[in-house]
Amino acid sequence: MPGPGMVMYEDEFHKITQILERLVKDANAKVVFLVDKNGQLIAEEGETQELDSTSLASLTAGNIAATGGLAKLLGEKEFSILFHEGERDNLHISIVGMRVILVVIFDNRSSLGLVRLRVKKASEELAAIFDELMRKAEAESSGSEGASPFAEITDDDIDNLFSE
Amino acid sequence: MSFINYTSREINCKLVYYGPGLCGKTTNLQYIYDKTKQEAKGKMISLATETERTLFFDFLPLSLGEIRGFKTRFHLYTVPGQVFYDASRKLILKGVDGVVFVADSQVERMEANIESLENLRTNLSEHGYNLDELPYVVQYNKRDLPNAAPIEELKETCNPTSVPDFEAVAVTGQGVFDTLKALAKLVIQELRKGK
Repeated sequence: MPGPGMVMYEDEFHKITQILERLVKDANAKVVFLVDKNGQLIAEEGETQELDSTSLASLTAGNIAATGGLAKLLGEKEFSILFHEGERDNLHISIVGMRVILVVIFDNRSSLGLVRLRVKKASEELAAIFDELMRKAEAESSGSEGASPFAEITDDDIDNLFSE
Repeated sequence: MSFINYTSREINCKLVYYGPGLCGKTTNLQYIYDKTKQEAKGKMISLATETERTLFFDFLPLSLGEIRGFKTRFHLYTVPGQVFYDASRKLILKGVDGVVFVADSQVERMEANIESLENLRTNLSEHGYNLDELPYVVQYNKRDLPNAAPIEELKETCNPTSVPDFEAVAVTGQGVFDTLKALAKLVIQELRKGK
């Protein structure tokens, strides 16, 4: 079976949000968010109040998956950058460390060139953090059985989720 | 592949509804969406054709409440059932935590069921999964139709491994939540094992 699911710890989460925060500023972006390839939202920064980020995350992952399928058909490993231009807002989507998806939403206060430049730098930093995270998660999962915080979940706990 | 976030204390899991074309996968999600309280659901997204056939996927985020201080979120996906959308179907299975196979009870859809089930196994194995090791349940949908096959026959063809199975009429909601709950439980039990 494929490796363990993604686990996010406080230290790394803090580092990631710092990088995203800086990217919002440096790239003059409206919103920046990070999604894993399965469509789960990892972190978001910027003007996110009016954004349905859960839906955005799942659609972005679908988009990347479809583009990845296209790449394979053409014999490419992946298309690592997608760009969607709108009348008001633009979307810059890129793959970080082959594992997660970085999405930048920006308008005419910024430019594609600036976004690309800043994304490149942020991607390198993010990739290093995710490498670290994967190592941590693997170490945990190969460790003792009791390491999982969910090991103590009882059947009652599960039933309670469904009691209305 | 579940996503556990210790910072926001959340568990996110991905459940996929699989099955032949027109078996009622989208109808399952639609019913769940209609019957779930506003605060527990997100927007339902359907990437469908003009004739309401699923083109890529449907997506419905649900939050079920807390378990040991962790918010549990389930992301429900359907695949496009039509045979020629296989490439898209494969993509949706990426990172799946649990599968519902929705079988169409109608006698004349039996072959489509078998084909889809085989396709599910093939596509999962391309992602490195084995259906027999995944949280997995079967739903026999459209039990209300006059041409529905006997349940024993369906069990034999669509559930040879005897996983938990449910009779359903997705348009009226019969069996829809039973199916979802059973799968969600299996997924959480899997988390408990620390995988």
